[in-house]
Amino acid sequence: MSSILHRFGTLAFTMAFAVFFILVSINLSAQHDDHGNQNSSENWQDEIMEEEFQAGEMIIEHITDAYEWHIMTIGHTHVSVPLPIMLYDEGKFHFFMSSVFHHHDSHNGYYISHHDMNAGKLVRKNSDGEEVRPDLDFSFTKNVLAIFISMFILIFVFTSVAKAYKRREGKAPKGLQSFLEPIIIFVRDDIAKASIGEKRYKKYLPFLLTIFFFILLNNLMGIVPFFPGGANVTGNIGVTGVLALFTFIITTFSGNKNYWLHIVNAPGVPWWLKMPIPLMPVVELMGVFTKPFVLMVRLFANISAGHIIILGFISLIFIFGEIAAGAGYGVAVISVGFSIFMDILEVLVAFIQAYVFTLLSALYFGMATEEAH
Amino acid sequence: MSLINPGFGLVIWMTLAFGVLLWVLAKFAWPAITSALEEREKSIEEALLSAEKAKEAMEKLKVGNEELIREAKDERDTILREARALKEKMINEAKEKAQVSADKIVESARERIESEKKAALVEIKNTIATYSIDIAEKILREELKDKKKQTEYAVKLLNETSLN
Repeated sequence: MSSILHRFGTLAFTMAFAVFFILVSINLSAQHDDHGNQNSSENWQDEIMEEEFQAGEMIIEHITDAYEWHIMTIGHTHVSVPLPIMLYDEGKFHFFMSSVFHHHDSHNGYYISHHDMNAGKLVRKNSDGEEVRPDLDFSFTKNVLAIFISMFILIFVFTSVAKAYKRREGKAPKGLQSFLEPIIIFVRDDIAKASIGEKRYKKYLPFLLTIFFFILLNNLMGIVPFFPGGANVTGNIGVTGVLALFTFIITTFSGNKNYWLHIVNAPGVPWWLKMPIPLMPVVELMGVFTKPFVLMVRLFANISAGHIIILGFISLIFIFGEIAAGAGYGVAVISVGFSIFMDILEVLVAFIQAYVFTLLSALYFGMATEEAH
Repeated sequence: MSLINPGFGLVIWMTLAFGVLLWVLAKFAWPAITSALEEREKSIEEALLSAEKAKEAMEKLKVGNEELIREAKDERDTILREARALKEKMINEAKEKAQVSADKIVESARERIESEKKAALVEIKNTIATYSIDIAEKILREELKDKKKQTEYAVKLLNETSLN
């Protein structure tokens, strides 16, 4: 029975990917524009062909979210996964595919901005002619798709591993199970048990395991330069913010009397730091919010920085290539070498950041549930 | 700048996706995995403990065996020693007995020889006496063939008797 389920799961998974590729190919045929690219497209690849190469723009476009998942450009043909755009603006819902922007600059007055705060985001002109964001933009963007892909991968992997544990009860782990088991044990013993304590760690273990593997998988997928990798999920401040928010909510709701007492009236601190001016309580209260904030920024900055460095090295090739083709090839050797080095470093960083985020979350849970001595 | 400007839609989708992921994994994956791990660890620990116990028991058994062997050896030695002593004692006793009986035999032989000797001597004496009397008779008969000599002798004998 389980093997049938397993096979069904694999089939569903393959089908999901097949659907993506069908979408890609439909999109490919739809936008093969042989009558020349009149519209100045949003894609930086065109800018390489027609304008000067802008390294900064290219890097920012690669590490920020996008309304479609651009895979590659062959000549004038864009291979990309079109994604649904969902807007709620001025009391109306708007729903259309991102592929409309391949042929038209704007759709119902909405277009992708190139300026300032809104660069890369969908905007419209208001009555004063200023660019404004729609009231609510819950488009299914590139990062959302990447999040869903990793969500399905994680669900598929860990439910099958759980099945393997049930099927091979009491036996030595095998295959994927034996690959993941040391990591699961590491998270349990060295993160959860060590930070929260033997008695209370069990309640937090599912969350810690989930964030660890979610961050790790997305960090690693971010390094893979082609679909379905390459989306900068954990290098997106929104994503890390949500993760940190989860940690913050769990910490706050698990906080016991002792935890709040520490914030309001920290023991072992001279009274004059608390009494007329509540200096310590204010600092402690700020700490409650800075902790998740730092979690958010650390992961976002580390992952984005890694991507920026790699993209910087790659940009060097094009910058030198514009000066002289030979220089481009020459620099390519060095740049690719450095990029490989950075990629390897990024793999390390992927593990370290997943570890750090999980460890700090566990420490905060530990602090919140610590009993008075 | 868009890099540090979290998208509203992304935050909503992320919350939704992560929430679903957390719920699914916490319900269908983690409990099964962690409980299986714990159970296995427990069973391994138990197996190790029982192995330790078995080892201890073996050790004890070994010590017991050695004790048993030593005791058996000791017993064998004592038995051998006793047997040897018994053998010697038996031999000695036999020897003594043999000596005693030999002595007895010798003694009785000696006694018999003595008595035989005595009897023989008596017989010899008797025989000699008889012979002597015979001889004396014959001598006397020879000597007393004539009357004169008979009378002379009788007188002599009478004289001797009267002298006493």
